[in-house]
Amino acid sequence: MIHSLFLINSSGDIFLEKHWKSVVSRSVCDYFFEAQERATEAENVPPVISTPHHYLLSVYRHKIFFVAVIQTEVPPLFVIEFLHRVVDTFQDYFGVCSEPVIKDNVVVVYEVLEEMLDNGFPLATESNILKELIKPPTILRTVVNTITGSTNVGDQLPTGQLSVVPWRRTGVKYTNNEAYFDVIEEIDAIIDKSGSTVTAEIQGVIDACVKLTGMPDLTLSFVNPRLLDDVSFHPCVRFKRWESERMLSFIPPDGNFHLLSYHVSAQNLVAIPVYVKHNISFRDSSSLGRFEITVGPKQTMGKTIEGVTVSSQMPRGVLSMNLTPSQGTHTFDPVTKMLSWDVGKINPQKLPSLKGTMSLQAGASKPDENPTINLQFKIQQLAISGLKVNRLDMYGEKYKPFKGIKYMTKAGKFQVRT
Amino acid sequence: MSAAPAYSEDKGGSAGPGEPEYGHDPASGGIFSSDYKRHDDLKEMLDTNKDSLKLEAMKRIVAMIARGKNASDLFPAVVKNVACKNIEDPNQLIRASALRVLSSIRVPIIVPIMMLAIKEAASDMSPYVRKTAAHAIPKLYSLDSDQKDQLIEVIEKLLADKTTLVAGSVVMAFEEVCPERIDLIHKNYRKLCNLLIDVEEWGQVVIISMLTRYARTQFLSPTQNESLLEENPEKAFYGSEEDEAKGPGSEAAASTALPARKPYVMDPDHRLLLRNTKPLLQSRSAAVVMAVAQLYFHLAPKAEVGVIAKALVRLLRSHSEVQYVVLQNVATMSIKRRGMFEPYLKSFYIRSTDPTQIKILKLEVLTNLANETNIPTVLREFQTYIRSMDKDFVAATIQAIGRCATNIGRVRDTCLNGLVQLLSNRDELVVAESVVVIKKLLQMQPAQHGEIIKHLAKLTDNIQVPMARASILWLIGEYCEHVPRIAPDVLRKMAKSFTAEEDIVKLQVINLAAKLYLTNSKQTKLLTQYVLSLAKYDQNYDIRDRARFTRQLIVPSEQGGALSRHAKKLFLAPKPAPVLESSFKDRDHFQLGSLSHLLNAKATGYQELPDWPEEAPDPSVRNVEVPEWTKCSNREKRREKEKPFYSDSEGESGPTESADSDPESESESDSKSSSESGSGESSSESDNKDQDEDEEKGRSSESEHGEEEGKQRNMKQRKKAPEGQEGGSSSEEGGDSSSSSESEMTSETEEEQVEPASWRKKTPPSSRSAPAAKEISLLDLEDFTPPSVQPVSPPTVVSTSLAADLEGLTLTDSPLVPSLLSPVLGVGRQELLHRVAGEGLVVDYTFSRQPFSGDPHMVSVHIHFSNSSDTPIKGLHVGTPKLPAGISIQEFPEIESLAPGESATAVMGINFCDSTQAANFQLCTQTRQFYVSIQPPVGELMAPLFMSENEFKKEQGKLSGMNEITEKLTLPDTCRSDHVVVQKVTATANLGRVPCGTSDEYRFAGRTLTSGSLVLLTLDAQPTGAAQLTVNSEKMVIGTMLVKDVVQALTQ
Repeated sequence: MIHSLFLINSSGDIFLEKHWKSVVSRSVCDYFFEAQERATEAENVPPVISTPHHYLLSVYRHKIFFVAVIQTEVPPLFVIEFLHRVVDTFQDYFGVCSEPVIKDNVVVVYEVLEEMLDNGFPLATESNILKELIKPPTILRTVVNTITGSTNVGDQLPTGQLSVVPWRRTGVKYTNNEAYFDVIEEIDAIIDKSGSTVTAEIQGVIDACVKLTGMPDLTLSFVNPRLLDDVSFHPCVRFKRWESERMLSFIPPDGNFHLLSYHVSAQNLVAIPVYVKHNISFRDSSSLGRFEITVGPKQTMGKTIEGVTVSSQMPRGVLSMNLTPSQGTHTFDPVTKMLSWDVGKINPQKLPSLKGTMSLQAGASKPDENPTINLQFKIQQLAISGLKVNRLDMYGEKYKPFKGIKYMTKAGKFQVRT
Repeated sequence: MSAAPAYSEDKGGSAGPGEPEYGHDPASGGIFSSDYKRHDDLKEMLDTNKDSLKLEAMKRIVAMIARGKNASDLFPAVVKNVACKNIEDPNQLIRASALRVLSSIRVPIIVPIMMLAIKEAASDMSPYVRKTAAHAIPKLYSLDSDQKDQLIEVIEKLLADKTTLVAGSVVMAFEEVCPERIDLIHKNYRKLCNLLIDVEEWGQVVIISMLTRYARTQFLSPTQNESLLEENPEKAFYGSEEDEAKGPGSEAAASTALPARKPYVMDPDHRLLLRNTKPLLQSRSAAVVMAVAQLYFHLAPKAEVGVIAKALVRLLRSHSEVQYVVLQNVATMSIKRRGMFEPYLKSFYIRSTDPTQIKILKLEVLTNLANETNIPTVLREFQTYIRSMDKDFVAATIQAIGRCATNIGRVRDTCLNGLVQLLSNRDELVVAESVVVIKKLLQMQPAQHGEIIKHLAKLTDNIQVPMARASILWLIGEYCEHVPRIAPDVLRKMAKSFTAEEDIVKLQVINLAAKLYLTNSKQTKLLTQYVLSLAKYDQNYDIRDRARFTRQLIVPSEQGGALSRHAKKLFLAPKPAPVLESSFKDRDHFQLGSLSHLLNAKATGYQELPDWPEEAPDPSVRNVEVPEWTKCSNREKRREKEKPFYSDSEGESGPTESADSDPESESESDSKSSSESGSGESSSESDNKDQDEDEEKGRSSESEHGEEEGKQRNMKQRKKAPEGQEGGSSSEEGGDSSSSSESEMTSETEEEQVEPASWRKKTPPSSRSAPAAKEISLLDLEDFTPPSVQPVSPPTVVSTSLAADLEGLTLTDSPLVPSLLSPVLGVGRQELLHRVAGEGLVVDYTFSRQPFSGDPHMVSVHIHFSNSSDTPIKGLHVGTPKLPAGISIQEFPEIESLAPGESATAVMGINFCDSTQAANFQLCTQTRQFYVSIQPPVGELMAPLFMSENEFKKEQGKLSGMNEITEKLTLPDTCRSDHVVVQKVTATANLGRVPCGTSDEYRFAGRTLTSGSLVLLTLDAQPTGAAQLTVNSEKMVIGTMLVKDVVQALTQ
């Protein structure tokens, strides 16, 4: 299946390679570089490239290309999904996944990669099992290892792979038993020029951080499970139980994991918590354009909107912008033409606004497109769909765990067309 | 070989201090003079059991290597000693690792050892070691393909393995080594289907894609009856697919799709595969979802394919690479099954932050989805795209508009006008692309568009893009009769700039000259000659060639060419309009989700998806020997021990064979298929039930079976559960025309109802009046009839009530269905309104025991209306209910008219708030109002719950004391068999049977609908007839009443 893996940074250097079968020459990446050149932007590099003898499948994350080389037919999503899993694992291990970090931990990286694939077929991809096999680096351990020359390979043999619950190891022990669940909803919306909603939908995830002793069996039920239109589960969730009772019943993995992601049915009208008033105009005659944005709350259910940032890709003709914000800071990058405005909290009494002028390239005709405005924001303690967790129960263990649920609403891909 | 010395050097390190001595010992050096024989000797030494001899041999080998001798043929013997030692380690993990290491040594010489090790590991006790053995198979195969036959034996053995750990890996080995040996799968097919949900994600992908191929060779096409309709898929299947198989409506819709011809009956195994893969659409892994989607696309009957759309749309939220692959597949699917994705149209709207390649794919999908109803929305969307900064994307959008215009005649003019307006765009690329598209559109109906051609002619002064210039020239030449005055002038201008033009433009200039010469030689003769002369000396030979050829053809020469008489016919022959079609058309001959499909070229190692067979191969090959019943208890023990994660507690089976590879359930379906081969499993469910009952009487002591029966019943009631749904759909495939027509009708009304609301929503007055003047409307959309902006996504209320409505309709319309859907109707029909009191209107109600689709807390009540008067009754609906606190009603949709003698059924939901208070409401017709009330028996206030015996006991332990109500009773003689008891209890209360160890104890569990409190019922019956009934419930009132009701039912 997967023959080799190359890691390529944004300047086009192969800084790590790993082969699971025979060695494939680096020169195979030339085809990739060719495509990269053609694509101008990194995200436009086609994920699948066909070369005379190999196929190159790549994902681009954290400014690194992960290029897998395969030789025979294999479902492309299989490989892409795996590569993303590799990135997630690195992130899990090292906190961030960047070129310097990978280079620093190259030994662990190789060990992990060796365990994840056997002869090109995925072997152990659950982070819990991997961590049992190969301990993630900590400062102390790194120091000890450099002195003693030992490695990160665990001394204890992992048992997870053998149990019926492959995502959880046995013998987990905590003094404080706690289970936290974050319900995070993201609003994807396109708002048109006049402020009406073109499309809006809510995508949610429930992230869990479960630190419980032993083999707890949890059930999580919702007050209004009917809101969930389409769901996908972590493999630990018992599907039949959901089908019949609409409750999540699972033996959780240890630590952080993604319990569920869901889509709120499109039939429900989505409350849009913010509005953007904008007036962006270019005049034909002068080389100055007017720019004015105001952001205000709308349907927020009484909560404050925080962490608002506005960003917009200005047309190529814009040379510079002379703007004054009523609050927050703004920057305009004259090279990428990216305007971003860090607004912060919205105070309903005094709406934040950004006003000023844009100067255009002299002589150039006025751009005929208006920039779209991308919005980011956060609302704490609110799940915009109205989803509510009813209760969390634990079976199988005696102690009383500490339970916590947090709700949050965020902007996903929230775009305002102007 | 190269690894051999390296290896031995390593060994040298560990061989210890003895090494240098031997290395320099002249005496031992002498031994190696005739070394061939000595090697045998050494091998023998290595093969012995004595460690000392082995050590001696090792030392000698090291010495040999130190002297530079070739000892590589001893390598296997050494490896065997090192790795094989670990292969026999008591710890399974070490055994597995040893095998992994051994099999990773890519040296041909160790093949026999590897083979041996694999064979041994394949019969290891530990499933993990067996899994490693499966992994090692392809490694060995790539090292030495001659071992194939032996390896196939191992694969065959491992395929029979019953653990989920092994399944994925062995199928992967199967795919790499012997994908053509489909016969190996037969015996394991059902097991693989059943294990699937518990296999890890990567294995699932491999198994699903293998099973797709398998199913294509073994089953008949589920669409064979539809093949006639396939000619026109867009028209014929809207109705059925829009339903997205969501509610019970889909079943009715399924029957629409099937004209009542020779009934196609799906092989039960085929159904099993579809049923067991469906939950995997909920997987977090995109690869698994895609694998299931392609399986459904290639294997499922048309009406069922819709379920995958939602999951695929969900994947669009994922990383851009995933989006890329998914969109490619959606693009292909959307050509074949457009209706499937129509409800999700908006999910494909493009954001300015999408990467270009994603934008273009989404555009492709949007274009494929465009049809008469949604085209206004789609075009309005396109209109915003045209102003994007991403020019490649704009060009693609213009192409897309062109395609919409060709596909949908109604909007052709609008699109054309829009495109013409784009011609004044400042961006040249946009203009050029528009010209090219306009050219194609004009070819369809040139006569009406003289104006546009004139407009284009003017553009020749400005447009520099060669392709666009060439297109304009071609258009003018082709339709020069429509622009008789302009055409010669254009030629004049072009002649002037001829030498500076691009080749492609030059060719078109020659073309134009020739055409004008033929139609209007008076004005253009000299110009033509001038152009041809210029062309004669052009640098490009193509152009010289064309000039020479054209001259011969149009200018009559002395030789009097026969061709020149026909020149006009040659040049001005009517040309067919080009077809603008998707590049994704016909890509579905590649298996979806495969690399080959993505590249649209056959990748190495791609396995062609076989066509359906004409005749189904013998289905009995998949039968597995039926195990003896007596082994039952034994097996149960085993199951306890290694029961897979999913299938515990929720009470496996039902009609689905559980994920657990329970041979029992397998055998059950075996007996079905063998006894009535050919008839679909689920369609025959109703007769099966009877059969089962008989069987059950035969071995009533077999409590396990009874349990399954109970569940089966419950599963059927849960219409939402996939089993129920599918069962229904296939059973109705016979084609019930009346119900099908109804479903069509309702789907129409659904759209109508949605229309006004959404229209209002879409265009609030402000958007029209405000900056309308400033906005350049590229595509003038006002001349559309007010469109139904979103036929997509009707509001929940409408759809659910409609679904409920449909459910009701099917119930009365086909006599088959009721028995199938709700085998246990709690209480028979009860009268709500008498004929006399209702002035001819008779109203009955039943508790259907199906979950109410609108709200799980509601009891779903089926209301049957029939009109026994001789005038139609109109406008039947629920009037303002006066309800006690807490009770709420979900009204049924108004029944517009009920003709004399007709009857209708509606479903309403009532939340009784866990009390037996009556719900009073008014039933209104256009003329009258009737006060009616529905009082539920306590048993209807709950829904069955599946739990295991242990769970039951645990819960029961929690509900003791005040919450426990006990009653003693004596069972009459008629009521002592299992069957009767179970039936009576379940008829009284809507509870689910809980499996039970002892034969004369019966346990049932349920939850009250509103508060979800547990209701546990235990009946301990002595053979003498004395019995004790215990009910545990938090709701004491309910408990008490339930006890009363059940005792009454049992003792009567």
